[in-house]
Amino acid sequence: MLVLDRISFSFKGAEVLREIGFALQPGRLVALLGINGAGKSTLLRTINGLLPPQQGTVLIDDIPLTRLSGREVARRVGYLPQKSNGTAVCTVFDAVLLGRKPHFSGSPAARDLKLVEQTLHTMGLERLALRDTSRLSGGELQRVMIARALVQEPRVLLLDEPINHLDIKNQLATMSLLKRLTTELNLVTVVVLHDLSAALRFADRFVLLQDGRLYACGDRRVMNETAMREVFGMEALIREVEGIPVVLPLAPCTP
Amino acid sequence: MSCADDRIGRQYQQLLRQKGLAVLLGGGLALLAFSSLKTGSLPLTWGEIMAVLLDPEADARAAHVIQQIRLSRTVAALLAGGGLGLAGVIMQNVLKNPLASPFTIGVSQGAACGAAFAIIILGAGTIQQDGNTGFLAGSSLVVLSAFGGAILAVGFILVLASLEGVSTEAVILAGVALSAFFGAATMLLQYFADDLQLAASVFWTFGDLGKAGWAENALMAAAFIPPLLYFVAGRWNFNALQWGDEVAASLGIRVKRLRVIAMLLAALTVAVSTSFLGIIGFIGLMAPHLARPLVGNDHRFLIAASVLMGALLLLASDIIARTLLAPVVLPVGIITSFAGAPLFLYLLICRRRN
Repeated sequence: MLVLDRISFSFKGAEVLREIGFALQPGRLVALLGINGAGKSTLLRTINGLLPPQQGTVLIDDIPLTRLSGREVARRVGYLPQKSNGTAVCTVFDAVLLGRKPHFSGSPAARDLKLVEQTLHTMGLERLALRDTSRLSGGELQRVMIARALVQEPRVLLLDEPINHLDIKNQLATMSLLKRLTTELNLVTVVVLHDLSAALRFADRFVLLQDGRLYACGDRRVMNETAMREVFGMEALIREVEGIPVVLPLAPCTP
Repeated sequence: MSCADDRIGRQYQQLLRQKGLAVLLGGGLALLAFSSLKTGSLPLTWGEIMAVLLDPEADARAAHVIQQIRLSRTVAALLAGGGLGLAGVIMQNVLKNPLASPFTIGVSQGAACGAAFAIIILGAGTIQQDGNTGFLAGSSLVVLSAFGGAILAVGFILVLASLEGVSTEAVILAGVALSAFFGAATMLLQYFADDLQLAASVFWTFGDLGKAGWAENALMAAAFIPPLLYFVAGRWNFNALQWGDEVAASLGIRVKRLRVIAMLLAALTVAVSTSFLGIIGFIGLMAPHLARPLVGNDHRFLIAASVLMGALLLLASDIIARTLLAPVVLPVGIITSFAGAPLFLYLLICRRRN
């Protein structure tokens, strides 16, 4: 279980997160939503210890993050950043194997290699195992990055806008895959999304941020037209088309 | 055999091939090292060289030439070239810039400025001639001062690299600016120097393996081997850094600490060899670029391959320097810079084609 207990974080005197608190159960796909600058990426970084909060505590399975070393955190939390400032040229196998780094000293053991094999299989990347990462499409590379986070054997999986820059087919495939893995591996998966329809379709829980504060945390009922107005600043309709929820943006709210 | 087992097997075969290439490179190095022992004004056959190596008492004159001159020079090439290759691959990794090298970030120019300060202001070191080779006599103070200049450059870069919010690009640019600053300071010192001081100061900048004896080699080894072991032990950290700081940090790596320690050790390795030998350009830049097509970007192999490539390049350059205008021995720094520039352009063109 992932618990955030009144997290606050400031950067250069500006308050980015203010007293954020919620608890997330395993086996749930959680959509972290809000407009640009609401604090979504900062919140993900505080959850994985990259930005330690000035106040409050993050607990993973009842253990405060502050009691864990960086390596111990990495064994519990898998993280996919919004944009990486580097892309190594190596084989897909090596890129995924890197995710075992927190688990081995020196060289990877046979179990590490076996887990990479299994994860490549789970992610449908087997045929690309020996391909150079420079020769992958955007969707394939994103799957490799998710595979690397998964091979860490995390309890919590944090993904910052994982379907941005993907075509619609890859968006659907990636979100379906995340949903399946969350259930099968009993993960707490937190996904930052801007596509509200995708969030409604795939997520079990919703965390809505507004100006660094928690606006709402709950099931689908928190994604109502009032939230669209107050959190996202737009008039919108929420409807179902053939059983699939869809957010129809109408117009920006007038200030 | 199952499909999965087969795949692991193929993966390992690929890794073994990469290792094999690195070993082949090492094999080439051994051959070149023997050629280096054969190169010089005193003609010696392979048999005589082997005899001297196995029994130094057999021929005192040949033993002196091999042990005190050629072997010492060969070991200096291996240590300095290996150190430059090591510093190059590490700096390119932690600064995320393919142009990063000890030369680019101002270590070499810092050392040159330090040497000029010792020669011109402190009055240390005079040029003397020994046959066809020039050397700087009374140069301990010059070496110390050159080391001080290199460390000053390293310190500045390290302080900058450890500051919050300073990008790796800014570190590289600061290194370029620092090089220009040290260059200007050297020129200012030279402007006020007399003819002999000016000649000695310029002579120091010619990177030359003849300046090293066994004592210098021992110090270069002490500055090269511990960092090499540290970098090899942390090979996976450098692989992780290639994916960006956030990814590396999320894998439990203390990125800032790693960057500062890596820069410090890499620069120290080069500061020591540059202080003894003078400026040897392009090896630190070129060695990793020549190693990558052979073993890829995987630092499990790239670190070793860059070290071997650096040693190979410097040894080959030194053999050319000793034979091109024989019996005149050219400073090896001239050869590395002459060869390095077109070689680098060739690599750029190849990369563009690919």
